[in-house]
Amino acid sequence: MKTKVTFRQVIVFILAVLWLCIAGAPFFFMVQTGFKQQSELLSGPVWALPKVPTLSNYVGVLTGKFFIFFRNSVVVVAGSVILILLVSAMSSYVFSRIKFKLNTAIFGIIIAGMAIPVHVTLIPVYLLTNKLGLYDTLLALIGPYVALNIPMSIFILTEFMRDIPRELEESARIDGCGPKGIFFRIILPLSRPGLVTLAIYNAVFLWNEFIFVLVLTQSTNNRTLPLGIWEYQGQYAANIPMIMALLTLASLPMMIAYLVGQEKLIKGMMAGAIKG
Amino acid sequence: MSFLKWNGIDPVKEFIGFENWFELLKDNIFRRALGNNFIIVILSIAIQLPIGMALAVLLDSGGRKLNLFKTVYFFPMLMSSVAVGILFKYVYDPQFGIVTAFLNAVGLKRLVLNWLGEPGVALYSVIAVICWQYIPFYMIYFLAAMTSIPGELFEAAWIDGATRGQYFWQIVLPLLKGTVRTAAILSLVGSLKYFDLIYVMTEGGPVNSTELMATYMYKNAFTTFRMGYGSTVAMALFLVVMVTSILVFSITKREERG
Repeated sequence: MKTKVTFRQVIVFILAVLWLCIAGAPFFFMVQTGFKQQSELLSGPVWALPKVPTLSNYVGVLTGKFFIFFRNSVVVVAGSVILILLVSAMSSYVFSRIKFKLNTAIFGIIIAGMAIPVHVTLIPVYLLTNKLGLYDTLLALIGPYVALNIPMSIFILTEFMRDIPRELEESARIDGCGPKGIFFRIILPLSRPGLVTLAIYNAVFLWNEFIFVLVLTQSTNNRTLPLGIWEYQGQYAANIPMIMALLTLASLPMMIAYLVGQEKLIKGMMAGAIKG
Repeated sequence: MSFLKWNGIDPVKEFIGFENWFELLKDNIFRRALGNNFIIVILSIAIQLPIGMALAVLLDSGGRKLNLFKTVYFFPMLMSSVAVGILFKYVYDPQFGIVTAFLNAVGLKRLVLNWLGEPGVALYSVIAVICWQYIPFYMIYFLAAMTSIPGELFEAAWIDGATRGQYFWQIVLPLLKGTVRTAAILSLVGSLKYFDLIYVMTEGGPVNSTELMATYMYKNAFTTFRMGYGSTVAMALFLVVMVTSILVFSITKREERG
């Protein structure tokens, strides 16, 4: 162990702390303001820690509609992710293994879907949702979410499945395994790392999705967390500690997920970027 | 759709040919939005990539000791854009926001501005938030690329008497060229599509100073119910993104070959 501290190490440390302040200050502000009374925020310096920390803001948020938003988010995200994984796993298997005439053509069309900016699809999706009578339901969200995320998922999974050696399937076939068996017993388990990455990527993206919820739902009971906090913010604009408590609570699930599975979460979030 | 005059509800849709497109070409607000989009593109690349790179170098040279820092540095990426937008509305608040508090504390009281309320300033305040949120992304991205550079290269350079600066400029950076290029493309394409953060913070105001193509499209289609014109803006957004992507890809391809 070296104990000598070099000049360079000091510089590195100072720079690191400097950025820590820039990155962390808003969080510090957010979390600690949530424990303040409104009057204390207005009278005292913003930096000061709350003199008498109060839980009333957090309690206020939790006794409101927070859990409805939270539940909606969970339902929509979980439903979409499961569907995305199921559909893309099945089609990726076909694209990576079976040779048929239109294979590359269909694959190409699906992949081209990645290039379309989501906002462009907003108006057609809105009109279609209205026509189907799904406006202002949670189901209205799952459809577009699945459709929009499938191209990327198929793209990544197909690449992944191509690397699974064919010999494994052949020996399974000799041992009397049908196509279904091969898919569920061999391909799916072997694709697990890819599936996990994709699940995280899709879940993170959909958890924070805003504009489709804004356009496709209307009543408070059918909105997800991002829209929930946005509505609260309009409603309680003057009660800053309350909003800060809400933001803290809304950000907690992701923070916890990150602290639990840092490497996996980063890998998942990067997956979309690197391939796209 | 872009050839219709329609409010999205009426059964009556009026076909008006290219009228929406002519209107778009003369529309100053759209031009403003397009310009803002490109300002964001340029500043995002110019600010986020270098700082992301600097932080990656910092974390790379600090090793495991800085792991705690790395964790906190990444936090902004974990919040939804909506939450970030709302948080920064209060961070920027001219009365009790922390920016004001900071300026007061260091004695620069006269620099205090209404960060989101002044048309000349708002766009840059918003860009600062965008940078705050996305720098961690590029940091992690570059860091991943750096850790994949074999350690022997550093040792070899060390033996040859290279300084850390030389090592970075002459070995690391050239090796990361592809990564930097991809990051720039990501930033470019992403910047053309911003919506959430801006909508939450300013709704495109004050006086359209932070209007973007996406927010303008949303307003036309869903606030003033001009579905036809909204579609025209959406199509324009699509074309801009497509053309830029194709341009960028063909330019970078040519570079790779030559």
